[in-house]
Amino acid sequence: MTDETNETGPSETAKQAYWRSAKRLTIGLLFIWFAVSFGAGILLRPWLDGFAIGGAPLGFWFAQNGAIYVFLILIVIYCIRMTQLETKYGIKG
Amino acid sequence: MDQTFWTYFFVVLTFGIYIGIAIWSRAGSTEEFYVAGHDVPPSINGMATAADWMSAASFLSMAGLIAFMGYGGSVYLMGWTGGYVLLALLLAPFLREFGKFTVPDFVGDRYYSKVARVIAVICALFVSFTYIAGQMKGVGVAFSGFLGVDFNVGILIGMAIVFVYAVLGGMKGITYTQVAQYVVLIFAYTVPAIFMSLAITGNFVPQLGFIGNAAGTDVPMLTKLNTVVTDLGFLEYTATDKSMIDVFCITAALMFGTAGLPHVIIRFFTVKSARAARKSAGWALLFIALLYTVAPAVGAFARFNFIDTVNEATYITDAEDYDARAAQIIADGGKPVPAWYKDWEATGLLQYDDLNGDGVMQYRGPNAPDGIANEVDPNRDIFVLANPQIAQLPGWVIGLVVAGGLAAALSTAAGLLMVISSAVSHDLLKRTFTPDMTEKQEMRAARLAAAAAVIMAGLLGIFATSLPFVAQVVAFAFGLAAASLFPVIFLGIFWKRMNKEGAISAMLTGLVTTFGYIYYFKFVNDNTELWLFGISPEGIGFLFMWLAAAVGVIVTLVTPAPPQEIQELVEDIRIPGNRRA
Repeated sequence: MTDETNETGPSETAKQAYWRSAKRLTIGLLFIWFAVSFGAGILLRPWLDGFAIGGAPLGFWFAQNGAIYVFLILIVIYCIRMTQLETKYGIKG
Repeated sequence: MDQTFWTYFFVVLTFGIYIGIAIWSRAGSTEEFYVAGHDVPPSINGMATAADWMSAASFLSMAGLIAFMGYGGSVYLMGWTGGYVLLALLLAPFLREFGKFTVPDFVGDRYYSKVARVIAVICALFVSFTYIAGQMKGVGVAFSGFLGVDFNVGILIGMAIVFVYAVLGGMKGITYTQVAQYVVLIFAYTVPAIFMSLAITGNFVPQLGFIGNAAGTDVPMLTKLNTVVTDLGFLEYTATDKSMIDVFCITAALMFGTAGLPHVIIRFFTVKSARAARKSAGWALLFIALLYTVAPAVGAFARFNFIDTVNEATYITDAEDYDARAAQIIADGGKPVPAWYKDWEATGLLQYDDLNGDGVMQYRGPNAPDGIANEVDPNRDIFVLANPQIAQLPGWVIGLVVAGGLAAALSTAAGLLMVISSAVSHDLLKRTFTPDMTEKQEMRAARLAAAAAVIMAGLLGIFATSLPFVAQVVAFAFGLAAASLFPVIFLGIFWKRMNKEGAISAMLTGLVTTFGYIYYFKFVNDNTELWLFGISPEGIGFLFMWLAAAVGVIVTLVTPAPPQEIQELVEDIRIPGNRRA
């Protein structure tokens, strides 16, 4: 790709900055994705089961219900942040 | 109004709706046939994706598996939802920005190779046929259990319905039928769950009943369930006998498999932009979560109800008059075998073997404290189907559940048929072997391929009756998708340097190792001590996914970089709006 700026589209630097921010956001969200499912639901379950949410052991609850709620929130955050990034860097989306 | 009337009523009504939609939304061009013209709104596509995704396994088998596996069933809950995070963040928006019709299309273009395209077609066909056999089996179970129709005839009816709307409407017809099917299946799943939650916990929200107290007591429902099952010699409900590494790997294989499944990915080609694809993944997960957060509650309630109604019940043989004998048992202060049990016994999904000859059904786990041997063997698949009867819900609820189970199986089967027909007509014929085909010929080829695929799927369903539970059959498709397709799609987007040699070797590595491992341990030697690092065939796709990726990266690094225009293509699909100027 050359460095010339398209009159209507975003500049090369804007695109690169957008992609860097997008990657950072993705890594952050995937960290939480891992933490609530593989972390809380599997690896830390024996320990978390010592706590309770309502009448359910906490680790068990994360594995059967909690992780799903967090997954949903993660995708919502991703959509909102990506749209903000696209506005910031003048990308059509 | 009896139960049979309501079952026929809902089944005929919903089938009529599906066919009506198919006729209304006939596809006129290949773009409409493959990707519904790229203009499905994100929320509608999310709903269609949810129906496409939630198969006979989710609807019929999952709650039953959870009921018996307890915590061990979490692998399905996390695995089949967590994959959507991967799809939304790593694949869907970029594949949509790429803007073609199929998964092999992306692989073939990104890796500038007909060989890579054909291998991707083979992976897609492999995954889809494994998966579709499970759906057809689900249709057969629903029909034979409720309508007294022969298992094979049930499959033939299902085939005929899918044939009409998949062959006529293509992706456009499938999208709008899937929306209708989602409404049917979610309603059919949650209504009985609400009734059961009220009865067992006194809370009408199943997700809250799940963590609440058992009705009329101060004891949490799950604590009570743990006591009930351990008293009978089963493992605690909130525990598992699977090793942590196996739970980890199965969950991961299901997640990465979800993200790599061609019939899920192609749904995101039907929206208009990368941004719409992201939103659509969110909508899809919302609609899926409505069922998936209810499923663990249904599983726990089902376990309760089963033990409550069957254990220590006095058996009534077919030779006796059920009503008279049941009344007599109650008069003697006993508990007769429930009527639903007798209904389902004929399907072979429930077995009772009176080992101690006392005529009473003892249901026990492997470590029963009273030393009594188990006499009752239920198949996991019947739980959602028989639940409304077990919980003594009205006849119309039961009819609705049958229609819901069929909707779940048919919507997924249709999505899979699209993958199979487009892989043949678009990727094999148009893009590889007969590129000078006109659009009209390609459409005809697509319809013919869909028709042939329906017939093959039905035959698989009929002859695959010896296969294990629906959900477990389907689990294999995930291992294959995770190990063969996910790594090349992911690396194709996030690593510009990835080249055709790397992609081909990665796909072959994943396909051969995963298939070989599953085949060996399922059909040749079931000695679990030989499992690699203690990982079961269900979870091995995760391990071989890393192997495939490693092979792909190493091969890429020792071979030439991809051409300049491919590197530019990769940069383009990372920035939305570039390819749709």
